[in-house]
Amino acid sequence: MLNKLFANSMLDTDRGGQLLMLLLTTLLILVPALNLLVPQGHFLHIETYTITLLGKYLTYALLAMSVDLVWGYLGILTLGHGAFFALGGYAMGMYLMRQIGDRGVYGHPELPDFMVFLDWQELPWFWQGFDMFWFACLMVVLVPAALALVFGFLSFRARVSGVYLSIMTQALTFALMLAFFRNEMGFGGNNGLTDFKDILGFSLQADTTKVGLFMASVVALILGYLTCRKVVSSRLGKVAVAIRDAEPRVRFIGYNVANFKLGIFILSAMLAGIAGALYVPQVGIINPGEFSPLNSIEIVVWVALGGRATLFGAIIGALLINYAKSWFTVELPEVWLFALGSLFVLATLFLPKGVTGWFTDLSSNKKSDRNKHLATKESIS
Amino acid sequence: MCIGYPAAQLSLITGKVMNKYAGILSPSSTLLFTALILLLSVGSINNSWAAVAVNSFSDVEKQLSQRSFDNKIVAVNWLSQTAYPGPTQAKQLLTDLISGRVFYHKKQKTLFLIHDHATGQPAIKLTSTFVVDADKQTVADIETLVIAKKRDFKKVSLNNKLRKSIRLGIAQLDLTSSDAELRQQAIQRLLGNVDPVIQALLRQRLAVEDIENNQTLLKLALAIGTAATSKDKTELLTAVNLLADSIEPTAFSALDNIVNTTTDDDLRQAAQRGLDNYAQSQQIYSTLETLYFGLSLGSVLALAGLGLAITFGVMGVINMAHGELIMLGAYTTYVMQQLMPDNIGLSLVLSIPAAFIVSGLVGIAIERGVIRFLYGRPLETLLATFGISLILQQAVRSVFSPLNRSVSTPDWMSGMLEFNPMLALTYNRLYIIIFCLLVFCALIFVLKKTPLGLQVRAVSQNRSMARAMGVRSEWVDAMTFGLGAGVAGIAGVALSQLTNVGPNMGQSYIIDSFMVVVFGGVGNLWGTLVAGLSLGLFNKLLEPWAGAVLAKIIVLVFIILFIQKRPRGLFPQRGRAAEE
Repeated sequence: MLNKLFANSMLDTDRGGQLLMLLLTTLLILVPALNLLVPQGHFLHIETYTITLLGKYLTYALLAMSVDLVWGYLGILTLGHGAFFALGGYAMGMYLMRQIGDRGVYGHPELPDFMVFLDWQELPWFWQGFDMFWFACLMVVLVPAALALVFGFLSFRARVSGVYLSIMTQALTFALMLAFFRNEMGFGGNNGLTDFKDILGFSLQADTTKVGLFMASVVALILGYLTCRKVVSSRLGKVAVAIRDAEPRVRFIGYNVANFKLGIFILSAMLAGIAGALYVPQVGIINPGEFSPLNSIEIVVWVALGGRATLFGAIIGALLINYAKSWFTVELPEVWLFALGSLFVLATLFLPKGVTGWFTDLSSNKKSDRNKHLATKESIS
Repeated sequence: MCIGYPAAQLSLITGKVMNKYAGILSPSSTLLFTALILLLSVGSINNSWAAVAVNSFSDVEKQLSQRSFDNKIVAVNWLSQTAYPGPTQAKQLLTDLISGRVFYHKKQKTLFLIHDHATGQPAIKLTSTFVVDADKQTVADIETLVIAKKRDFKKVSLNNKLRKSIRLGIAQLDLTSSDAELRQQAIQRLLGNVDPVIQALLRQRLAVEDIENNQTLLKLALAIGTAATSKDKTELLTAVNLLADSIEPTAFSALDNIVNTTTDDDLRQAAQRGLDNYAQSQQIYSTLETLYFGLSLGSVLALAGLGLAITFGVMGVINMAHGELIMLGAYTTYVMQQLMPDNIGLSLVLSIPAAFIVSGLVGIAIERGVIRFLYGRPLETLLATFGISLILQQAVRSVFSPLNRSVSTPDWMSGMLEFNPMLALTYNRLYIIIFCLLVFCALIFVLKKTPLGLQVRAVSQNRSMARAMGVRSEWVDAMTFGLGAGVAGIAGVALSQLTNVGPNMGQSYIIDSFMVVVFGGVGNLWGTLVAGLSLGLFNKLLEPWAGAVLAKIIVLVFIILFIQKRPRGLFPQRGRAAEE
């Protein structure tokens, strides 16, 4: 039945994607309905708190997918994708800061509180324009894209690859974290940006706004998934996979490897930026901690656990681990790092293709198609 | 006998004490003393015109038993200038005075040495007991009272001005000490003091001083005095020229004073030359100091990177738990200190092998348990070892505590090595630099001169060929990883002396370590050392004008850009192994 529904679309053969799209569409309709229409106290009612939490997970899922795009399909293990996520978040945070207007603690009509506190006289040039929503949205994509462009242009042309590239991305996000911790940077230093009041005139405290943000996250994830699927199933995606598996050969055939890598890397950075922009209004704060290398590595684990080079695997991984994290940090806080650490080790040792790969293996084992299984295993590593 | 004891007190002095003071009471020294007092009393009167005159010990007793601090100062000055009744005794009295052990009897107006101001405790009368040490309270022939009423005795109160005079007095007394070091310290303390009395004392000392170093210092002190007081131009010029070559801060201020006040052009020029000299040498020494800081930071970086240079560089394993192995080393130091709290120095020395073993064993366990299944899959090794790092962090948090632990530093590691007034190097940094070089040499030795090193190099260059030659490559892998982990543990011992020991300390070093190894060129220990030292220097040289955080950011960006230019680091590996 599913196949019929998606027949002739690009999800024609993508069974995981079909399931995912169905699930997301259901969420998109059902969750707001259960929150707004079902009265409070009813067992079907979904708390607004849960919705915000779900929305947060979904932005993580989008982030994980952007990592999967470069790691799964391009073979670049990025340990700095949190930087793009945080940059998108900061761009959105700046818009939300400007929306506060004179409702801040110091009541200054233009300057955010922390600038008044630091005794700044006027708005720095890079804060100009962020009072307009469209401009902020543009920056949400352009700033991460610009960073990805500069970094990728230099690295890919110099053929920095493998482990070296991973460590460089880590250094990049570390350097950004240090930079954003400085008050002189003009992004609120240690405290970051917070105390947001409203977005596009809607109060961030209102339930309807929260539901709206949740729906926006779902839509963003659906669109992001379709975009990524489109890319990886196009010729561009085929070249990307070829680069992942045998970069020198692709180069010898005559492809400009650096440009292909750069294009996909920038796309991925933009997706991460969008995820960050949706994350900030739901969480209510953005601070330099988001740049920490630990965060970026965690994203990689979501992807690894979910299964690389599947796109939907990354989404499943992000949702699973973040749900587990929320549960552990409430119930058994001291066990969480043990659990996460063991998950890293066990997933890499026993689930090299992640949860989704494991499921696929199970079903293919039934068909006793063992040769195919070995072949895919080799191609992935 | 103008300086003699009052008759009543003289009768209290026993024969033994008489013996002690006999030298002073001999005719010749009495003459000298009288002369001194006549000479010096002019100074004292100049010093405090309004205050009373003090000419005998009973005057001292009287003045110290009243409230006016100015009068007390006169008394203290008399004591230090006459060195009554002898240099050691006078110094003892002044020392007791400044540490608040000297009391006076309210009615008798006499002085007592009291260690514990409470009823029933002894109070030692201070006429014959100047030589009594703080810990020899019960010398037989001293007059001791038992405190009947606490309020009868009142502490001789001090203020800052008085304390200053007392310290100055102690310095004056030390000036005649037989200990050359003590004399040097005294001259140092008197440097910049232009009081004619002090200057006269210094001049006297110069006449008999036989240590060259002290002579130079004395001349300097006198020159400062001349520069401040003399009116004679040639005298001033000689003094200024002497000062111009000095780097003492006091000489600088004396010259500065001349430049600002003198009307004479020659003099001003000479003084200005001295000021320029001073500024120049200050710049040189501060640059030297920055270089030293840079080298010590660089050694820390190199130490942290060396272990990684083996696991990552030689074996190609990306060990994200490297920082946590450093942390384990630091915690081993902490535990060793808990085990032998009375022997901090020894425990630190023993921590080095202990940390090597602890971290090394953990490293071998990691290799055998996880990494050996992941060879050839570097990115997955990275994830798995990162998981291990989280587990180790949480383990330390659960076993010890989430809070930082303090590790104490042995005495021989604290303090400074003073070269001159502008340059003083802290010992702990010096030890770190030496330690880093030692560890480096040891590692080079192990890799180049031992059978294990030979096998390690063989396996890292060509695994299958090494196996064909009968090398047990699996065993070598475990040993290599253990070696790298052990070196990380040793780095942890060194770091425990510099920073806080806490569960998060590993994370702060992991990125730095990777930067050092990648910058230096993977698989190259020399590269790691050079990279560590140069990054440390670079960082510290940037710090004065960029600030600490910005300097670090600049270094990171520099490395990122450098790797784009030279993807294989400073000293790339050549040959077939590099092509992988």
